[in-house]
This record gives sequence, structure tokens and C-alpha cells, in this order.
Amino acid sequence: MERILRGKVWRFGDGISTDHITPGRYYHLRGDLKALAEHTLEDADPEFARNARPGDFVVAGKNFGQGSSREHAALVLKERGIQAVIAPSFARIFFRNAVNVGLMPIICDTEGFETGDEIEVDVVEGRVRNLTRNFERTFRPLPPVMRAILASGGLIPHVLRYGGFRWQDTP
Amino acid sequence: MGLTLAEKIISRRIGEEVRAEDIVVVPVDLLLAHEGTGPLALDRFSALERTRPATQVLFFSDHAAPAPRRELSNVQKRLRTFADQTGARFYPPGEGICHQIVAERWARPGQIILGADSHTCTAGALAAFATGMGSTDIAVAMALGQTWLRVPPSIRVEVEGTFPPMVTAKDVILHLIGRLGAEGANYQALEFGGPTVAAMSVEERMTLCNMAVEAGAKTGLCAADEQTRRFLASRGRADGYTPLAPDPDARYERRVHIPVDSLAPQVAFPHFVDNVRPVEEVGDVPVDQVFIGTCTNGRLSDFRIAARILQGRRVHPGVRLLVCPASRQVYLDALQEGLLQVFVEAGGLILPPGCGACVGVHQGVLADGERCLSTQNRNFQGRMGNPEAEIYLASPATAAATAVRGRITDPREFL
Ligand code: SF4
Repeated sequence: MERILRGKVWRFGDGISTDHITPGRYYHLRGDLKALAEHTLEDADPEFARNARPGDFVVAGKNFGQGSSREHAALVLKERGIQAVIAPSFARIFFRNAVNVGLMPIICDTEGFETGDEIEVDVVEGRVRNLTRNFERTFRPLPPVMRAILASGGLIPHVLRYGGFRWQDTP
Repeated sequence: MGLTLAEKIISRRIGEEVRAEDIVVVPVDLLLAHEGTGPLALDRFSALERTRPATQVLFFSDHAAPAPRRELSNVQKRLRTFADQTGARFYPPGEGICHQIVAERWARPGQIILGADSHTCTAGALAAFATGMGSTDIAVAMALGQTWLRVPPSIRVEVEGTFPPMVTAKDVILHLIGRLGAEGANYQALEFGGPTVAAMSVEERMTLCNMAVEAGAKTGLCAADEQTRRFLASRGRADGYTPLAPDPDARYERRVHIPVDSLAPQVAFPHFVDNVRPVEEVGDVPVDQVFIGTCTNGRLSDFRIAARILQGRRVHPGVRLLVCPASRQVYLDALQEGLLQVFVEAGGLILPPGCGACVGVHQGVLADGERCLSTQNRNFQGRMGNPEAEIYLASPATAAATAVRGRITDPREFL
């Protein structure tokens, strides 16, 4: 994983649910990730569904990903090339799913970020810099077990590599 | 210092004492997935180069039962084929909702249950540590027979007093979520207790535990007691009973008291589950559809209270009433008691056991601008298949009263 990530912000509000990210009416598309990903977040911001580009960030309000356990919610964001999701808090199943599929969730105050802002994230130092508005926020690192899973590229590669869960020697 | 229920169950299952915040690897007793999450779990499972699951796995066709489209029929077929080849269990369309079947036939006090569905926490009503995860976690648990988790701190919810007529467990949990907020219990367990919970049937406890996740909780839990034993015995599973209770000196993150003597029926407004008001403060809200069913409120006791209101009355001409039993067993019991006859005579429509209209896959998708009052657990925008529609959440009693009047109605008007 790169240490410094840079990209453009798509801003969302509080309580974005898994029904916003992957609406239930596309249930039948769950076997076709590419097709499903075309509808990502379309009920919250149709512009995002049309125009999000690989390398962009999703920056949201509190309790991002509340609702169902559908892992597709994390997968479609990854499929669209989103580098990380930044929010002050996450619903726990989404949080875990994101790490499992190798999508980075960052817990950070997101007040003052707007769609279109350019940001730079230092994943080692735990810093988000808003280059457009010229301010900086810090965030806490993930728990070691999640860092270990992300470092392996997700839970499946992690288990294939270690034959189980291993985090005790994570830096 | 004593243990909370969550700490106790996990400690026993590991064989060593663990505390809130510990990160542990635990054996898993039961896994479940459905058509929406099972196929991805199977993809991941084969990526792990395994062929047979290391623990008991159940697959369900409940979210789209029977399948409304070919893609979903194919997915159901895939789950069935996998089950046939590996000794996993497949429940075809018509058997009912995964969480209901898990409670009726599988869950036992003290077990660790993981489901690729967020409402897996429903089984906490039987004192099982049950939680929802994504497909990858389920696949890994299928392969290893274990998972990692952080032992959750617990919020103790003390429910006290006697329910006024037409006020039920659903009103308690809606009220609680309104108070805690949708993330008020994030990463924690909700432990329900107190004299009112002790007097509740397992069906009512399931309604409480089911919606724990709507406050962000990892699971909801009730002690295993005489009610639990009776429930298991009524399903021929008395041998699965073990009494299980938290220690009196357990440490809680916080305590919440809910006196029910003065509790009114509660309604959650669109589009958030924690947007809760007592029914007196609802105002004039006409509805187009009323849905009684789901893993939250599709059980016999739910149908009984709704039928008491609908008996000898007609559903308002502007309303579609959909009723959906949570399982084949509920369907049969409701038939036998004549409850389904009451609903059909009143002008209602019976859906096959399953999730029905809850998740917007089929059956009862709302039109643009329509409003639905539902007994389900979520009212997010687009939940019932149309982002241009509104969903209100309430108890089966409030739902039945609303179906009769055509606008959100206090069920106490029907005393
Ligand atoms: S009834 Fe609704 S909430 Fe319950 S499992 Fe089915 S879709 Fe999920």
C-alpha cells in the first residue's frame, strides 16, 4: 500500500446506509459487480454514480455504512477505484467488510470538506491534508489485527498467507 | 468483578476468561447466509482452496422467495448444489426467514453464531452470541471454524413495569433506539434485562435483539431462563437448554432504564430508524401500504395482536395490507388459529414466508410518493425498492390500527 494518497473528494452527509450505497432494487446484480457498481450511491448523489473516478475519496458524515451486512457496499466502492472512505464514525459491519476487501476506512473529523476538494492522506503518520482549503486533520491508526489484514491486501490473502489470523507481530 | 453475558458466553466458548476490549479468536458453532450474501461467501470460500466447511453452515432462500428473476433462481440453485455436495443445509423458498428458522431450530444458549446478514443478532434472544458479518468473514469462518472478534463492552438495558394494553416489545426497542441514536451502541452489546424482559416470551425478546443493530450494536442479548427453556422445549429442543445469566457485579459501559408503564406506542419517521416519536405526536399521516411481517415482527404473537384489531373490520379502501409469516411454522400456527382468515377477510394479502416486501427485491414495492407503515426494522431511503417513497416503522398493533383507519393511528383507540 502507498504511504501517500492524493485525490479528489466526494462529500456525503450523515447516516449513509448500505441501501444508499447499493440499493436493494439491484439485488439481482450482486453477481455482476461491474454492473452493480454503476449504481453506487446513486440515491445519495447521482453525480457520484456517473462521474466518480479511480483515485477519488468518499468523505462522509457519521455512521457511514449503517444497515445491512452486504459486503457489496464495500466492494462497489473498491470497484469504482475509491482509495479510502473517510468519516468520523462507521457502522461496524461496513467497517469490517471494508478492511476485509482491502478498502481503507479512515476515522477522522470531516467537517469543512467539500466535493471537489483535493486532499492528501498520509496513512503512516495518520494525517489528512485538505490542499484546496489548506487545513489538516489527524486520525488514529486502525487496531493491529485490521492493519495486518489491510497490509495483506484483505482477509482472503491474509488467511492464505498465514493459515489463520495473525497480528501479534504487526508493526 | 463479574462478567456481562457477552463476556461470559465468549469466555466459556474459549475456555479462558476474557473481558471487554480483548481481541480474541473464537470457535464458531453455526454460520448462515442467504441468496444476497451466500454466493460471494462461496466465491471466497473457494478462493481459500477449501471444499468442505469446518462447521455447520445454513443457506437460505428468503430474501427473494420464490425468485422473481432468473439471476436469483440461479443463485438459489448454486447454494442448493453446494449444500448437497458438502453437508451444509439449504432451506428452499417457503421455509421462512433465516433468523426465524435459526431461532426455531438451531440456536442454543452459549453458542457463537455468525451470519452474513446484519440481523443475525436476533438469536441473542436465546442467549447465543450472534452477530452479522460480511461474506468474506463468513467464508473464512467456514474454512477455519473460527473467527476473530473484539469482546464488546455492554450497555445494560433495564426494562421495568407492566405493559399498558397495545404497547409491546417493538415500542420498547424503537424508543430505545430513539434515545441511543443509530450509532449509540456502535461496537457494543445491548444486554436486555429487568423484570419486564424476564416476563417476555422468546418471541418478544427476538424483537428486542433483532433491532440491536439499528443502534449500531454488535449483538443484543437476553439471559437464558425458564422462558428460554419453554421455547426450546416447545420445539422439541429441551436438551439444548443451559441457564445463562450475567453476573450481578458485571461491569457495564452504561445503564439505560426503560419504565414501560407510561410508554406509548412508538413510530420511526423516514428515513432514519432513530427518528422516533410517540404515536400521539405523529400528526396526520395517511398511508398507502401497511406491511406486517419480517424477522422483527412476523411471528404468532404479532399476528394475534394485529388480528384482535382487524377482527370483524375492513382495511381502509386506500390501503394495501400485506401480511407475511416469518416461517412455515408461523404460517401453520396462524392458519390453525384462524388468524390468516381474519386478515384475508379484512381485505389483507398473505405473502409466502420470507422477507417479503422488507428489502425491496419484490412483493410490495412502493410507488413514487407513496407511504408505507411497516413492522420491519429499517426505513432507509429506497429500502422497499423506491427511493421516492417513505417508510414509517411501528408495532403490529399500530400497523393494524393504521390499516383500518388509512392513516397512522394509535392502537389504543381500539381497546
Ligand atoms: S425480513 Fe427484512 S430485515 Fe429481516 S432478514 Fe429479511 S430482509 Fe433482512
